[in-house]
Amino acid sequence: MSAPTTERSWTVRVREAGVGALPPEKLLPDSQPTYVASWIYIFGVASLASLAVIIGSGTILALKGPAWWHYTGVGHFFNSVHMWSVELFFFVMVVHLWGKYWMSAWRGGRARVWMTGAITFLVAVPCALTGYVSQQNFDAQWISTQAKDAMNSVGVGAFFNLTNFGQMYSYHVLLLPLAVVGLVVAHVLLVRRHGVVPPIELDRRVGS
Amino acid sequence: MNPTSTAVMGAVFNLNHPAHVLHWHFISLTVSNVIVMGLMLVVFALAIALPFPGAARRRGGAS
Repeated sequence: MSAPTTERSWTVRVREAGVGALPPEKLLPDSQPTYVASWIYIFGVASLASLAVIIGSGTILALKGPAWWHYTGVGHFFNSVHMWSVELFFFVMVVHLWGKYWMSAWRGGRARVWMTGAITFLVAVPCALTGYVSQQNFDAQWISTQAKDAMNSVGVGAFFNLTNFGQMYSYHVLLLPLAVVGLVVAHVLLVRRHGVVPPIELDRRVGS
Repeated sequence: MNPTSTAVMGAVFNLNHPAHVLHWHFISLTVSNVIVMGLMLVVFALAIALPFPGAARRRGGAS
């Protein structure tokens, strides 16, 4: 049996496809177009920064457990950092979404960039909800018993049970963060591939 | 937890009451959520209106 040639191996094909789609100068550019020098363009990276704080503080909370985050001063601090970084994440993500909507950021073959961003927002909502019901306190119990009616009314209560703590905690610390981070990575790589969307008037000038 | 430490950790605003809710037809929003939405609109408007440091210099030179 002859060994497969190097050129046909799957690693070579994956490498060539990866470098073809995202050459190093596109993946890690050393400059951005001048139109990016505007405050409206900072909310995407602000979302990324808040997400990093969410993941970092959440990892510490998961390592230490509920008795720590409820009954110690440092635990309260990290609990608050986690909660407020989520608030900030949604705040800046919404402003980012508005900015991109009003500049029609799906122009120039950027439909997948727009879609991955929109789906990230939608997946982040249940990610936050499962966090509220994983707190292990009366607030969590109240939210879970109120929100279960919403889930049942749309028909997902049978497999997404807000009163099932184990299920909600698994969703919150593994499944949904994995989905959010995966979507964000895809979103950023697509932005790198297609470039930051130019202002509409610049697009018109180039087109005319 | 003793009362003194509770006072030290107390919020800037008194939060020891049910949430204030605004009603308009079928729409029902807590005041805190309305404030956050208002802040988002203000930040959005400022992000468009305020000049970015160094933007004019960058546009004047080579990109």
